[in-house]
Amino acid sequence: MGLLTPDPGLVFWSALTFSLLVFILKRYAWKPILHAVKSREETIEYALAAAEKAKAEVEDLNATKVQIMNDAKAERDTLIKQARELKQSMLDDAKNKAQNEADKIIESARVQIEREKNEAILQLKEKVAEFSVDIAGKLLEEELQSTDKQKAIIDKYLQEVNFN
Amino acid sequence: MQHFRIAIALLAVWASTQLTFAADTQGENSENEFDPMEMIMHHIADSHEWHVISYNSDGEEKHITLPLPIILIDEGLHIFMSSAFHHGEELVEKGNKYYKLYHGKIYETDAEGTINYGEHHEVLNDKPIDLSITRNVASMWLSIIIIIWMFTAAARKYKGAPSAPKGIQSFLEPLILFVRDDIAYAQIDKHKADRFMPFLLTLFFFIWVNNLIGLVPFFPGGSNLTGNISLTMVLAIITFLVTNFSGTKSYWGHIFWMPGVPVPIRLLLSVIEFIGLFTKPFALMIRLLANITAGHIIILSLFSLIFVMKSVAIAPVSLLMALMMFMLELLVAVLQAYIFTLLSALFIGMAVHDEEH
Repeated sequence: MGLLTPDPGLVFWSALTFSLLVFILKRYAWKPILHAVKSREETIEYALAAAEKAKAEVEDLNATKVQIMNDAKAERDTLIKQARELKQSMLDDAKNKAQNEADKIIESARVQIEREKNEAILQLKEKVAEFSVDIAGKLLEEELQSTDKQKAIIDKYLQEVNFN
Repeated sequence: MQHFRIAIALLAVWASTQLTFAADTQGENSENEFDPMEMIMHHIADSHEWHVISYNSDGEEKHITLPLPIILIDEGLHIFMSSAFHHGEELVEKGNKYYKLYHGKIYETDAEGTINYGEHHEVLNDKPIDLSITRNVASMWLSIIIIIWMFTAAARKYKGAPSAPKGIQSFLEPLILFVRDDIAYAQIDKHKADRFMPFLLTLFFFIWVNNLIGLVPFFPGGSNLTGNISLTMVLAIITFLVTNFSGTKSYWGHIFWMPGVPVPIRLLLSVIEFIGLFTKPFALMIRLLANITAGHIIILSLFSLIFVMKSVAIAPVSLLMALMMFMLELLVAVLQAYIFTLLSALFIGMAVHDEEH
């Protein structure tokens, strides 16, 4: 039964030693260790959360970047399209204007020519009449037989002459 | 393979010290009979001197032992070294009393050193109050030096900014976190557990380290401290005190006046629960003691086999089986520390738990 009989000496020393050990370790080991471990866990947790947040932010940023780039591309496309259209319309305008101007100039030239032609014809007619009269006069002078019949014949011939 | 060789070498050394022990007791008792019982009991019991090694010199047993201080309280304080007893062969005279070291215990005797026996061969002599630094106490102090050194060394590494664990820190931290997360936080409400952490951590490492020291087969190991009822009793009592001094109203309510059951059953339950208060630490005490002592006894028995059989041929068998037991005991060492701590945490957890109805 010696095995199952507590020995007062050992009871005393082990109670004392164990209490002392708890006290010493509590002060010099468990407190600093557990405290450090806890604060490290918190640091790690915080760092992980921060990393997660940063990752989300980067993703956001990327999305925004893509969005901006797409917008810019679309804008560029519209701008180019507009410019192309503008160029076309300007070209068309210029062409039309030039055509009109040319038409006008040609028209007015034609009118001018017509008028001057008519004028010239008129003048020619007068001159011809004068010449005819002169010729007739000369004829009369020459023949001295100037009759109305002959003048009528001349007029008739003059009428028949077409200057056109 | 390297480890295996070391293990074999250690076993061999241990066997030699233990077996010279055996040879020693052989000389004391009867002429030629080897008494394994005597040897084993001598080993697992406490002792007033710390046996280092024995050897044969000219057919004579020589012992190298470390004398330990004897502290007796018997009409005054007597302090002297255990070497004064000359392994029990001589009486020590202090004041006007004579003390004799007999089977590891100190008795008061007359000048001739007579030991009186009762009917069942029990010693009737008076015993002084013995607060000696025995082998177990010395072994315990060795263990706390190791523990304090390890953990203060680890604690120093935690100074400064948080960083990844290094060296001894990375060895101890998982163990500390194991005790914290899988023992304490698993059993005790988390916001209340921190208060008990120093106790539980100390308990776990104290038991484990002492179990391991007990397994070291040569000086300064081999003492059977955690297989000694005095120590397991102290630890169990501390658990009992910690548990019951932190008991909440709901805990006591559940013990003495179980809510939600009829009155006659309440009375019955209160008796059972009251007994349970004491059986819990009692079971703790016996479990640790029995497991550790049993391991020591089995390993010693396996080696005794060689001498009981009086054959060297049996030695390889003994050695192999003892080696297997050793491996098992290494597991048991940590397992018992775990169980003791886990159950302490469980009892504390039950005591501090606030019942939500």
